[in-house]
Amino acid sequence: MTDHQTAKVTRRTMLAAGGGLIAAGALPHLARAAADRPPIGTWPAGSQGDSVTIGATVPRTGTYAVQGEDELKGMQLAVEHINGGDPLIQKISPKTSKGVLGKQVKLVVADSEAKPNTAVQEQSRFISENKIVAMTGSTSSAVAVALNKLAQREKVLYLVAISGSNDTTGKDCVRYGFRQCFYGQTAAAAIGPVMLKQYGKNKKAAYLTPDYTYGHTVQKSMEDYLGKNGGWTTATNQVAPLGAPDYSSYLLNVSNSGADYLLNINWGHDAVLSIQQAQQFGIFNKMKLVIPYQIPFLTKEVGPEIMQGVLAATDFWWTLEDKFPLAKMFVEAFDKKYGYKPDWGANNAYMQFAMWARNCEEAGSFYPPDVIKAYEKGETIPSTVGDVHFRAADHQLVRPVVIVQGKKPSEMRNKEDYWEVLEVVPGEGLMQKPDAFGCQLGDYT
Amino acid sequence: MITWPNFISQFFNGLATGTLLALISSGLTIIYGTLGVLNLAHGAMFMLGGYAGYVALQATGSFVAAVAAGALSLVVVGSIIELAIIRHFYARPPEDQLLVTFGISIVIVELVRFGFGSLSRTVSPPLWAAGVTPMGFLIYPTYRIVVTGIAAVALALLYFVLYRTRLGMIVRAGIEDSGMVGMLGINVYRVFMVVFGIGAMAAGFAGIVNAPVVSLTPDMGESILVQTFVVVVIGGVGSFPGAIVGGLIAGEILSLTSMVNPAYSGVMLFAAMTLVLLLRPQGLLGALGRE
Repeated sequence: MTDHQTAKVTRRTMLAAGGGLIAAGALPHLARAAADRPPIGTWPAGSQGDSVTIGATVPRTGTYAVQGEDELKGMQLAVEHINGGDPLIQKISPKTSKGVLGKQVKLVVADSEAKPNTAVQEQSRFISENKIVAMTGSTSSAVAVALNKLAQREKVLYLVAISGSNDTTGKDCVRYGFRQCFYGQTAAAAIGPVMLKQYGKNKKAAYLTPDYTYGHTVQKSMEDYLGKNGGWTTATNQVAPLGAPDYSSYLLNVSNSGADYLLNINWGHDAVLSIQQAQQFGIFNKMKLVIPYQIPFLTKEVGPEIMQGVLAATDFWWTLEDKFPLAKMFVEAFDKKYGYKPDWGANNAYMQFAMWARNCEEAGSFYPPDVIKAYEKGETIPSTVGDVHFRAADHQLVRPVVIVQGKKPSEMRNKEDYWEVLEVVPGEGLMQKPDAFGCQLGDYT
Repeated sequence: MITWPNFISQFFNGLATGTLLALISSGLTIIYGTLGVLNLAHGAMFMLGGYAGYVALQATGSFVAAVAAGALSLVVVGSIIELAIIRHFYARPPEDQLLVTFGISIVIVELVRFGFGSLSRTVSPPLWAAGVTPMGFLIYPTYRIVVTGIAAVALALLYFVLYRTRLGMIVRAGIEDSGMVGMLGINVYRVFMVVFGIGAMAAGFAGIVNAPVVSLTPDMGESILVQTFVVVVIGGVGSFPGAIVGGLIAGEILSLTSMVNPAYSGVMLFAAMTLVLLLRPQGLLGALGRE
């Protein structure tokens, strides 16, 4: 008797082999699909539910606390409008009806204290716990630059909030970061001509500069512009730490410097304090104040008597509602919700959210490289200051700079009518060449 | 720029800054010396005095009332904090004491922020002290000169209390050796409460007196706290004269170095502290072995 140990091809084996062949045939497709869209950053985990979350780190304590709260209010208004399909949002992001791509937007907030380490820690926590699809928030450029780096590393979009340093879309630019607001270079190029026209050439300037990236780059931009185009010289550059409790020693140096104009680059509460103390030291009897980078609520805290006639460059002022219909809608909505007129931090935050919503809708997904490419298409977007578009080379929004001058108290039509808008200078002519500040955007993935 | 007029101006300004720092630091040093507790809430108390005075000024319009309110409210607050919280931490390790005073400072700051918001408040100086005083080439705010005077008088008063009264003698003995004081039959705990109250009062008084110079914000105590600690280390822990000397030195360092390089004047203060710690760790006027 022979054992028939033939390799019998049973029905089971046939089926198994057939299934294996089909799977093997399909495998390249699956593999290619996975290679096409491997998970990146918090995608797709952060957008699989019926809502998406944005992480915001704003200073709620410290030197920039007042500006941080204003910025936060702008964000909260934007989220409300996006989720409810408000007409204002639909003017900027036409495809948004109830949420972005049909998903409700949630906001998680943490106090950054205007410190880079704290902001990075909080956003990292949001990334791992909440799977945020985008980060936002900053009033300090140091925070903005730190979050730029985090965004590129973690592959999560970063919507820069307030940041005036040239570096944020300059040498510290990243593929994953986008800036809406004006900055040192554009501020100097916009306010410089106005200063030269009103004050003349060959004057001496004293600078009060906060000791970090924003202070140094804005001071350099101003010094370069005024020097090259008007022969202005720098009598002294007083560099003070962020949050200095007393400016008396710096102000004495300024007072003894023989300058004609005081260019105060300090921001937030530092600006309030240094200006109040300059007033106490009688500095404004000797020289005129200029604010190259305006601070939200400065005049409210310092008082219009000191600020009358002072030139400043800013991102937005509420009286632009007479000029731009979207500004009117924004100011009305904000005033209705919060009981006061918004300053530029709130407008900046709102616009960033609105443009992000628009670019996600255009991309059709939350996949970061797609959203980035939508930004980089550079489409014309309607905004509260007219038509704007993003520059693909450095992710900076090309937008106008608003030159304002402090009103005399007797000319104020209501108690928030602090500034008179002198000019809205178009952005295109103000910006540096894209590679002038050493911007090298990183990879998409 | 280093010129004679600028040097004189900065030297004078350093005296003004220094006397105020000396006043705040003296409060800290007697608390640290007597109770052995590192009071991280000292900056918050400075701020609280400012706000208490602000409220009194709004209510009465009198600057004197504001100053009294600032000082007295802190005596009360300080005593309550000592009774309710600090007292239970004397036996605990120093880290626990640090943590509890740090926690108290956060609570005070956030309560003030909750009540007043983050927007800064201005306290105007009294009319007779407003404006500037021309002193030759130097134009100096009158009120800062007044503050220097007030701080000097307050320091003199404190000196009187510490060195010419029985209470002061007990406090100084407690700084030397609180255990021994207890064994001599004196209620040390009551002394501790009084000392904490006096220290808090010094901070609160400085807070309201200084308020017209800087505007009031809930965070204003933070930077003062750091500078105060540096002054105490330079002057010597527990030494009242040391706080005065340390305060004046610190004020001068901050002012004079800003003539050379304004960005580094803060650093120079820490450099001075490091030098003192290396060469004379007990502080300029401190005593070796004192904890």
